[in-house]
Amino acid sequence: MKPARFGYHAPQSVEETCQLLASLEDAKVLAGGQSLVPLLNFRLARPAHLVDINRIGNLDRIYERDGGVAVQALARQSTVEDSELAARLCPLLPAALRQVAHRVIRNRGTVCGSLAHADPASELPAVMLALNGHVVAASARGQRIIPAADLFTSVMQTALAPDELLVEAWFPGAHGKYAIAEESRRHGDFALAGAVRYGDRLALFGVAATPVMADPRDPTKGLQPSGDLEATPEFRLHLVRALTERLFAA
Amino acid sequence: MKVNGVAHPVPVDPRRLLSDHLRHDLGLTGTHVGCEHGVCGCCTVLLDGAPVRSCLMLAVQAEGHEVTTIEGLAQSGSPLHPVQQAFHECHGLQCGFCTPGFVMSVVGLLREHPDPTPEQVDEGIAGNLCRCTGYASIRRAVHRAAELSKK
Ligand SMILES: Cc1cc2nc3c(=O)[nH]c(=O)nc-3n(C[C@H](O)[C@H](O)[C@H](O)COP(=O)(O)OP(=O)(O)OC[C@H]3O[C@@H](n4cnc5c(N)ncnc54)[C@H](O)[C@@H]3O)c2cc1C
Ligand code: FES
Ligand code: FES
Repeated sequence: MKPARFGYHAPQSVEETCQLLASLEDAKVLAGGQSLVPLLNFRLARPAHLVDINRIGNLDRIYERDGGVAVQALARQSTVEDSELAARLCPLLPAALRQVAHRVIRNRGTVCGSLAHADPASELPAVMLALNGHVVAASARGQRIIPAADLFTSVMQTALAPDELLVEAWFPGAHGKYAIAEESRRHGDFALAGAVRYGDRLALFGVAATPVMADPRDPTKGLQPSGDLEATPEFRLHLVRALTERLFAA
Repeated sequence: MKVNGVAHPVPVDPRRLLSDHLRHDLGLTGTHVGCEHGVCGCCTVLLDGAPVRSCLMLAVQAEGHEVTTIEGLAQSGSPLHPVQQAFHECHGLQCGFCTPGFVMSVVGLLREHPDPTPEQVDEGIAGNLCRCTGYASIRRAVHRAAELSKK
């Protein structure tokens, strides 16, 4: 057995899930498992309880709301990628999804899971920030909306409380000029640095603890990216300048 | 859950990964395990027809679903599945460690794109790693598999 022992719960509804999250100590939501299960396998995460939301019915819808696209917690990334509605209302979203991992991973991974996981090198958090979207969080205490600008607080940290379920992500209708570009060592890997353009707005990912908004005319201002085996801080800054130039030249 | 058409109870321990359940409990060792974090693609199986990583699923999550492994593509003694036949013809394997994962990914790819462009082929196999054959012959095998599947 690779993962450490955990209590397994498979609630059938959002209400039941919220109840479980309110009552269990040290519980983690299991959605697509494409980020959480690797952490469990390597025992980098050892939650006492897993709340598997995959048995909840009617939580996989993709629908139009307030002129934008609402994506519920169990909508798989591959389904959103193929969604005609998403392509029509917010084509940046499917374009960004095609850069997330590989199709086989996207067959399980969810859009909401990617936002909740908040990997700083992830595409979707930056897309949500560039578009000024929001997420809807539910708990036994009720529902609340968290705007993108308040959602990402640090490396893999969000404003979601431990007892909250992210039930829906909302991406505004986006008809201005949009583009996403990133550089990675191999196709499908996490980006060394990436940039999302929507109109005059620029969001960067992979270069700070969270996705960040930047000034297209001076995109590296104030940035202090970290260095690792794959890229030095200087190289990341270079990538930011090059990617920004590419996005705004088009 | 159903595995290759046969109903099986799910394991009692929720910690059991689907990949380990297939290999250790059901003896279906054709599903290989390389990395256990989703990167190598060796453990790819079909879940209700779509390719997924079996190392990133708990076996209990497959309850009520249909799993297809490499063993389920062709009965022993009967002709190979078109994708297997194509890998054979085009030298798409050497040691074979990566092969079950490639074959299952390609079955999924051809289901979505029966006539894949070279870009779709590259995209479709990008999530699988092979350390010995080299991707040129695997690419060729995918195109050949598309041909064979139409016959
Ligand atoms: C090989 C590989 C390559 C990848 N490459 C990329 C990439 O290039 N870019 C990228 O962005 N991602 C990449 N990923 C990650 C992938 O996109 C994941 O699917 C995604 O990050 C998490 O979504 P999930 O549904 O699988 O969530 P899970 O793995 O189930 O959960 C991830 C985390 O979010 C929490 N969570 C999930 N859903 C909810 C919810 N509804 N409410 C509250 N909390 C929740 C979980 O508790 C957990 O902490 C890659 C993954 C793999 C295996
Ligand atoms: S063992 Fe599952 S992807 Fe490598
Ligand atoms: S054939 Fe040996 S790893 Fe691919």
